[in-house]
Amino acid sequence: MFLAFFYALRAHGIRVSTTEWLSLVQALGRGFDRASLSTFYTLSKSLLVKRETQYDAFDRAFAVTFEGLEGTIDVTDELLSWLDQPIPKQELNDDERALLQAMDTETLRDELRKRLAEQKERHDGGSHWVGTGGTSPFGHGGQNPQGIQIGATGTGARSAVAVAGERRFANLRADRVLDVRQLGAALRRLRRLARDDGVPELDVEASIDQSAKQAEIELVFRPPRKNRVKLLLLMDVGGSMDPYADLCSRLFAAAHQSTHFAAFKTYFFHNCVYEKLYTDLERGDGVWTRDVVGGLDQTWRVVVVGDAWMSPYELLQDTSYFTFGDKKTPGIEWLRRIAGKARASAWLNPEGRRIWGAPTVKSIRQIFPMFELTLDGLDRAVDHLRGARPVEPGADTPSSSGR
Amino acid sequence: MPAPRSSTSPATFTGTADYLASADLQDAVNVAVALQKPLLLKGEPGTGKTRLAEAVAAQLGLPLLAWNIKSTSKAKDGLYVYDTVARLNDARFGDRDIRDIQQYIKYGPVGRALLSKTRVVLLIDEIDKADMEFPNDLLHELDRMSFAVDETGAVHTAEQRPVVIITSNNEKELPDAFLRRCVFHWIAFPDLEHMRAIVRVHHPDVEDKLLQTALVRFFWLRKQADLRKRPSTSELIDWIAALQQTGAGIERLATDIPFVGLLLKKESDVQQLVNMKDTTRGLRM
Repeated sequence: MFLAFFYALRAHGIRVSTTEWLSLVQALGRGFDRASLSTFYTLSKSLLVKRETQYDAFDRAFAVTFEGLEGTIDVTDELLSWLDQPIPKQELNDDERALLQAMDTETLRDELRKRLAEQKERHDGGSHWVGTGGTSPFGHGGQNPQGIQIGATGTGARSAVAVAGERRFANLRADRVLDVRQLGAALRRLRRLARDDGVPELDVEASIDQSAKQAEIELVFRPPRKNRVKLLLLMDVGGSMDPYADLCSRLFAAAHQSTHFAAFKTYFFHNCVYEKLYTDLERGDGVWTRDVVGGLDQTWRVVVVGDAWMSPYELLQDTSYFTFGDKKTPGIEWLRRIAGKARASAWLNPEGRRIWGAPTVKSIRQIFPMFELTLDGLDRAVDHLRGARPVEPGADTPSSSGR
Repeated sequence: MPAPRSSTSPATFTGTADYLASADLQDAVNVAVALQKPLLLKGEPGTGKTRLAEAVAAQLGLPLLAWNIKSTSKAKDGLYVYDTVARLNDARFGDRDIRDIQQYIKYGPVGRALLSKTRVVLLIDEIDKADMEFPNDLLHELDRMSFAVDETGAVHTAEQRPVVIITSNNEKELPDAFLRRCVFHWIAFPDLEHMRAIVRVHHPDVEDKLLQTALVRFFWLRKQADLRKRPSTSELIDWIAALQQTGAGIERLATDIPFVGLLLKKESDVQQLVNMKDTTRGLRM
């Protein structure tokens, strides 16, 4: 059964190493398994999973392996006795309470399984889904007198499979975008570039150290620590990008918080980059794209955020219909010029891969390596921009689900 | 409400009177202690990662050695520093015997933990602040619990393997080889009940109703998606202290968030809150 668990983990993308598996066996040998499946759950989780982004995959693997075995292994009695314990009733109206009291434990458990199967994400508040702070009979921190508590701390009466099944960590998954701070953390990794290039500086401390060791003056040089990375962020706004406005604004906030770039510029565009890039689309404030391109050199990295989804004529034809000024240059040519002048560039696409075969997306991918706008995709894009794991334009960037 | 588990032996960590650990976390600590592997802790800021080491040291009755990592920290500095400048100075002006290199070796926190005759708790705080390669440079020492001083050729092996607790704020990805050797635990942000217990530890005499209202307010505030920096435990504790001391009543909490500056530390976040039409939304008593 434990081998089945091992393969279930692998199937869910958690590559457990031999060292880690042996640690688990060692821990079991020390009697950590005495208590219950719950202990085995926390034990194996802390030894086999090393990234919170994989907690969700672990939970799914655990639920698959041990589903149905729970009754035979777990401390079900504790669970049942817990259900009898009175809990202060705060927010339930009489009807609801009557309804819930009518359910016996078996019904509750079946209902729980049913709701878990339907529920796709964490939920707080409310009266139906499994989550915290609500009146649903399932979850924790809630006010249901007879509910099944899941994942609350310290009760010691949790059912491991129920905890696993709750998928509390679904929103920590690597292929989802979380908050500004996490985006910022991903962007911050661009900082490491700093030491790769630049004119070497005198390392005073190492020089003194070496001089003292060698008993003669020895000068030590090293690349500067200062960040020399300049970042140009171009964002598609409006139209088909509307559903992603919130996501984009979070990325925007994260990039703005990152004060570690030697230079940071951001402009908006609509649909595609034409002769003008905007600082304020509504008012039409902006700069000439040719000036922006002119300011680019090998110290710049470019990140474009957009769905790359448009009518082919918007990308390929001259733009006299809807722009002024430089009408002869099609959008794709502007993109080519931007990508050509910068040291490295990446395109972040909030749309899933299923549309990446569309003609305009394909054309743009020939210019910019494309990544999904998720934490994982951003990580890969940063790797690419750093030159750590460069991706050729048009190459199929690895899908994030493989991790 | 997490009740500390009954302690079977003094070597079991159950959380202390002023540090409430969830059952998961207790298990993770105990596994790490029993298997003598480093415990890697991650989690949102303000979830008590650093304080856990203090609590473990206090409960197991072991001395705590802390090493706060900075962006300039080098793995070797944690083991020892060879003070060449002092030696050079002594060579010219001093009266010490400069042939004795040993006296210029200054041991760092890891070095002292491994040299200690008794078992200690070693905290390596915010390991992600350092360079990417930093964790790998410590692998061998943490694995074997021994290190060599190149300058003197001495090899020191720990007599008592220290309890190693490492925290990370997730600013950098840690290397796989390093992760494989750790016990990992991600500290989730406390839920309302756990948070109530935590606040009780700090403010045992706070009125039930005030606490409940304040907690609901606090969690409501945290749920607002647009906040740049969400308030954490320590901010809640300060805020409740302020509410208590000024006697700001529940009535005021119902319509307003007094002393919001204690919870929101960014100007834009405060502005965001002011712009909200109805700040009583989400408030339930």
